[in-house]
Amino acid sequence: MKEFLMPSLGADMEDGTLVEWRKKPGDPVTRGDIIAEVDTQKGLIEIEVFEDGYVDKLLVDPGEKVPVGTAMALIRTGDSETGQEKEQGLEFPVSEKEKVVLQPTEEHFDEKPLPQKFPGKRIKASPLARRIAEENKIDLSKITGTGENGAIIKDDVNKAIEQRTAPETEEKISETLPEKEPEKIADSGKSIRMAVAAAMSKSNREIPHYYLSKKIDMSKSLYWIKESNKERSVQERLLPAALLIKAVAKSLDEVPQLNAVWENALQIKNEINVGFVVSLRSGGIMVPSINNADLKSVSQIMDSLNDLIPRARAMKLRSSELNSSTITLTSLGEGGADTLLGVIYPPQVAVIGFGGIIEEAWAENGMLGIRPVINASLSGDHRATDGLTGNRFLTILNKNLQNPEDL
Amino acid sequence: MKENEIKQELYALLQQIAPETEPSALAPDENIKESLDIDSFDTLRFIVSVNEKFEIEIPEEDYGKITTIGLLTNYIQKKM
Amino acid sequence: MSQTRKITYREALKEAIREALTENDKVFLMGEDVGRYGGAFAVSKGLLEEFSEERIMDVPLSESGFVGAGIGAAMAGLKPIVEVMTVNFGLLAMDQVVNNAATMLHMSGGQINVPVVIRMSCGIGKQLAAQHSHSWEPYYAHVPGLRVISIGTHEDARGVLQAALQSPDPVVIFEYTSMLNMEGELPEETIKVDIESAKIRREGTDISIITYGAAVNKCMEAAEELKVEGIEAEVLDLRVLRPLDEAAFLASVSRTHRALIVEDAWRSVSVSSEVSARITEKAFYELDVPVKRVCGAEVPIPYPLHLEDASVPQKKDIVEVVKKMIRP
Repeated sequence: MKEFLMPSLGADMEDGTLVEWRKKPGDPVTRGDIIAEVDTQKGLIEIEVFEDGYVDKLLVDPGEKVPVGTAMALIRTGDSETGQEKEQGLEFPVSEKEKVVLQPTEEHFDEKPLPQKFPGKRIKASPLARRIAEENKIDLSKITGTGENGAIIKDDVNKAIEQRTAPETEEKISETLPEKEPEKIADSGKSIRMAVAAAMSKSNREIPHYYLSKKIDMSKSLYWIKESNKERSVQERLLPAALLIKAVAKSLDEVPQLNAVWENALQIKNEINVGFVVSLRSGGIMVPSINNADLKSVSQIMDSLNDLIPRARAMKLRSSELNSSTITLTSLGEGGADTLLGVIYPPQVAVIGFGGIIEEAWAENGMLGIRPVINASLSGDHRATDGLTGNRFLTILNKNLQNPEDL
Repeated sequence: MKENEIKQELYALLQQIAPETEPSALAPDENIKESLDIDSFDTLRFIVSVNEKFEIEIPEEDYGKITTIGLLTNYIQKKM
Repeated sequence: MSQTRKITYREALKEAIREALTENDKVFLMGEDVGRYGGAFAVSKGLLEEFSEERIMDVPLSESGFVGAGIGAAMAGLKPIVEVMTVNFGLLAMDQVVNNAATMLHMSGGQINVPVVIRMSCGIGKQLAAQHSHSWEPYYAHVPGLRVISIGTHEDARGVLQAALQSPDPVVIFEYTSMLNMEGELPEETIKVDIESAKIRREGTDISIITYGAAVNKCMEAAEELKVEGIEAEVLDLRVLRPLDEAAFLASVSRTHRALIVEDAWRSVSVSSEVSARITEKAFYELDVPVKRVCGAEVPIPYPLHLEDASVPQKKDIVEVVKKMIRP
């Protein structure tokens, strides 16, 4: 028997609300089947199952909000029919260290508080702080605690009360203005905003970034796209983004250290899954992943974009599309800013940023010409890699974009 | 199809892509992408939808000729 | 307070006994070596000469026997002060205390009171090793029917006995050998203390340090040191370990919103665990930090001085924990 757990769809996800079971007890499931639909900060997500077998029992009811890692269902896998696996599975693993009993009669008191099962899930606030916050209608989630282990204490709440009394007049003025956006959009936008805020704060707090950038002549790439698009129907036309994704994925083949996660140590990933930043019109971003991008053709990547981007904007992505990326690519598209220096999405170790493609005076072989140029940047986790690695990556990326026909 | 009908259809298509905007408020010579803040991917989706709606082929080199509602309406009228 | 005088904890105890013997004919002192030897810790030295063998009674080395005799005397209308040399030997008399003294009123349907006063010296700090360094206050504080007093100040050393002798029910008093030679200030006039309430020994606004017994003094010293750092600690001496004056410590915690409980006894299932539980039960919404405790290490008390010191809360431990609670 295997437990089906609420998956984490990114470092910033803490919990999810079950909206609907797509399977019922007794139904057969195979790896990749959608078993449930879950509402998260990132919208409605279809959750896939990772085992082959049968649904044995559903443990969570629709409407229930459960933390990441909660068992949601039991899946009866093939080899569990003997019952043997069940017994073994139930046995609580005891580490060697725990088995050592120094003095059976002595109570060992550990000053450390109990480890939280789901770190960060609950707002840590003292009972007094909670009481005062409740009495004064203060939202604890907006307060940074200064107490033990970051707990919110009385002083923190009192400070928030003081601060609130000041801007109250402003609020009143804005209240009289007609609301621009419907409430609902503001709400989902807010939760995505919070998710982005959490992930980016963690990144900036924990990851020592280094930044490198390189100007890349895009004339050959754009020419190749143009020629290629001539033969394509409108529906099949390529965008430069597809080519950039492919070029990045292919370059990572040669610099695998950037296609990795940092979890106390560098862990290089086998699959190259490029997370592509999609900005939402209502604010915030979604980062669906284009899996095995190095193995896909540019056309296939464009197909993926055609599929993913509208669903990302509609907040209808599947769990595997949100939590599998091994590196992130963010591109500003046309117009706009020239250079983008990205913030790494933890636990990844790099983000590749592309500014807009602009025409520039370009000196080459002693000649001056006008070329479409893109500023490619790499933000790297300096714990994981050094500038030399980043440098090599940008050099290879440039080489690849000069040979678009090989991509 | 009359000019006004074409415009109404274009507004509807743009509304699908950028639901929170008011495409009908666009001036005939206003840049659609910039005013509605549409990125290259949505621009492509818009062109695809125009292609499907009016059953006209828009080659990539013509993208520069259809940047405003006015230009696009004329372009469609000519092509149909 | 008009005039004060200097007095040792031992002298204060002796004065209280002498006063009780003088004022009430029914009062007598009984215990091992209390007479001719003058008490194992010289608390009753000279009293035999001052009073008579009838009032200062040496007894055989049989805790169960003489404590039982004291309980019987109390039931028969006398006012015995039974001295058990140390709490360590008190275990031998535990049956008499728990099964007879504590239950008699109930078993007799409210007819028979047991107004016995049992004094025990106790505590850690004289290099007496594991078997002679016990802190059994929590054992006695566990038993309904007993009133349990811990004497952590000179004021109480002088005043508690009088109040205890007024009690119609058994009172167990803990005295601390490590404090016997300690000098303190007492007012010239007679002092009155009650055996109902806890007492704030030092007022403060930032944290409530709740304690009893020998730890009171350490907490007072810690509070002085904390004052230098700008932390005003309130020191609350529980004094009555049963029945606990919970109103006092709940009120204190409600003012300071932080509670530290300090006790020499072992941490688990102790007075501090009871106090902590009541704070979370009844003053949860007043707490701004988790309740903390500084208690005796859960080991047999070691003989070597440095290890013995390490096994009980010291001033620096208290200061350290308070600072962490206030400025994490």
